[in-house]
Amino acid sequence: MSAAGERSVEAVGLDAPRAAVPKLLAPSPHHALFWLCAVLLGAALVVGLRLIGNEYGYFAGYFILQYIVLSSAWNILGGYAGYVNFGAAGFMAAGAYTAIALRKAFGLDLLPGIVAAGFVAGLLGLGTGYLTLRLRGVFFSIATLCLAVVLQTLIVNWDYVGGSRGAYIVRPREVPPFVSYGEYMFVVMLVLAILAVGISRTVELSRLGRGLQAIRDNERAAEAVGVPTLRLKLIATTLCGALMGVAGAPLPYYSGYLNPEAAFSLAYAVNAIAMPLIGGAGSWLGPVIGAVLLGGLQQAATVTISSALNLWIVGWMLVIFVALFPRGIIGWFRRRA
Amino acid sequence: MDPDLILLLNGIVSGLLLGGLYAAAATGLAVSFGMLDIVNIAHPALMVMGAFTVVLIGTALGLDPLLVAVLQAPLFYLLGVLIYGVYHHFFEKRGEEALQGLAFFFGVMFIIEVGLVMAFGPEQRFLDPPYAFITWRLGEIDLPLRMLAPALLALAALGALHLYLKRSFTGLAVAAVAQDAEALRLMAVNPVRIKRLAFGLSVALASIAGGALVVVQPVDPSSGQIFIGRVFAICIMGGMASLPGCLTAALLFGVVENVTATFYGPSWSPAVAFGWLLLVLAFRPQGLFGRMA
Repeated sequence: MSAAGERSVEAVGLDAPRAAVPKLLAPSPHHALFWLCAVLLGAALVVGLRLIGNEYGYFAGYFILQYIVLSSAWNILGGYAGYVNFGAAGFMAAGAYTAIALRKAFGLDLLPGIVAAGFVAGLLGLGTGYLTLRLRGVFFSIATLCLAVVLQTLIVNWDYVGGSRGAYIVRPREVPPFVSYGEYMFVVMLVLAILAVGISRTVELSRLGRGLQAIRDNERAAEAVGVPTLRLKLIATTLCGALMGVAGAPLPYYSGYLNPEAAFSLAYAVNAIAMPLIGGAGSWLGPVIGAVLLGGLQQAATVTISSALNLWIVGWMLVIFVALFPRGIIGWFRRRA
Repeated sequence: MDPDLILLLNGIVSGLLLGGLYAAAATGLAVSFGMLDIVNIAHPALMVMGAFTVVLIGTALGLDPLLVAVLQAPLFYLLGVLIYGVYHHFFEKRGEEALQGLAFFFGVMFIIEVGLVMAFGPEQRFLDPPYAFITWRLGEIDLPLRMLAPALLALAALGALHLYLKRSFTGLAVAAVAQDAEALRLMAVNPVRIKRLAFGLSVALASIAGGALVVVQPVDPSSGQIFIGRVFAICIMGGMASLPGCLTAALLFGVVENVTATFYGPSWSPAVAFGWLLLVLAFRPQGLFGRMA
């Protein structure tokens, strides 16, 4: 762990050692290969689900993909830089309500809504980060914890977007060329998930990611060798918030109705943390594994047990995993290999 | 007198009483977060759990809620000892407080909240002692006993804790562990034992705060959420580890929140808490009275 930390510090701070051990420092990122594989996998999923032809498949798929976006977003700040964001539900709801407000005000559709949601939630992240990130990391975490509560107060008091009664969005019967509205929503979320994972992977392998890892391992040392810590943290917070907002924007379109209670559901906050930590925070693959595993489990379990019990199990899994497997599933496999 | 002035005076007085409740909620955090550097974000959830057990026991035995809160405090002390044991073994000892430790307490908070929903349902619970409907009047100013009794209990608990920390050997050791755990080890005092004791005390205080809370207002399983912003803002503003600072900050906070609620409507009070927290973090992270940490 510490060896990796020192290496990443050097990689960001000084260019000289990088030339000395080029193989160790910069493994070829294979960006093109990754994107190709991701797109192929996505296409295979769409084709496979169409062959199965069951609406529930799209529903479950959307559920899991949304958590892939959310936990990849959390991982950029939490996994790479070690700053815990408890406000996933708040950022997500900010995205969802941006989409609702824009539709009411200008009649904008889902796609511009997603862009705007990313923008608004990103600004929210930047603002929170700007006010609290110069202090110790826990203060940022506490601020994000409260952010969700206050945003909920604002939304409940804001009648234009439905207040506590909630807001409706009339779903079109079909969106050509998709076979059903469910497939349309699934494909939208699939594209977002591929983008989110791709962004999180690119960040991890770039100078930005190495700087964030240096911050996580030893912020003072990173600062001392010239990593612009505050700037990197702010970039990560903005990116994290924006991606969470993007994950939330399709939510009202997906369910056709959204009220503050559903948008700010604690389930998002706890899953956004539990999934990366269980999968393995600090690697782009960890949140994907966690989201597929935990999301799939919850989808399967909702059929048999109540949703409260379902969430309770997620809470216990989070506690047990951080205690016994602090590096997550990925870390466990790496140690054995 | 001018009706606006009377409204303002009443707002200030009931704000001070509300501040008593906040002091009870924040003191435990001043011990765990301020002195022990354990970011117990589950503290408000533990308080709400205390409120629920108070309702459960108080209704079953027909006892006064504040009395039940004090009687059950030793059980919460043991719970705190248990939580600290797990935290120390898995996180503190390994030096992984930052990310994993925070996630641990978040998980604990979540387990408590969802557990309460499963055990009691999402609806509000209350337990009104007979004096809750009495209001003393001093001239134009109302003193509802529903607010006054919990505030007095909170002050008593705070005072007892303050005396304990200043006068007793173990109390001084708690203050010492806050400053330098290694030095304490050199004095042949086990810092882990002291921290376990202090964390147990902080959770016992959560139980007392829960009893105070249920007298002031009905509770539901998610009542703790809104308290997170409040108690952390108060704790930081009071200078983290200082009990007098915590009390002053709590009273000030109660007044500001209550006056805002009186003049602008109660739905805005969470925004006050958060706005205040952000301002404190941005401009005076060392607290109103504190030195820079």
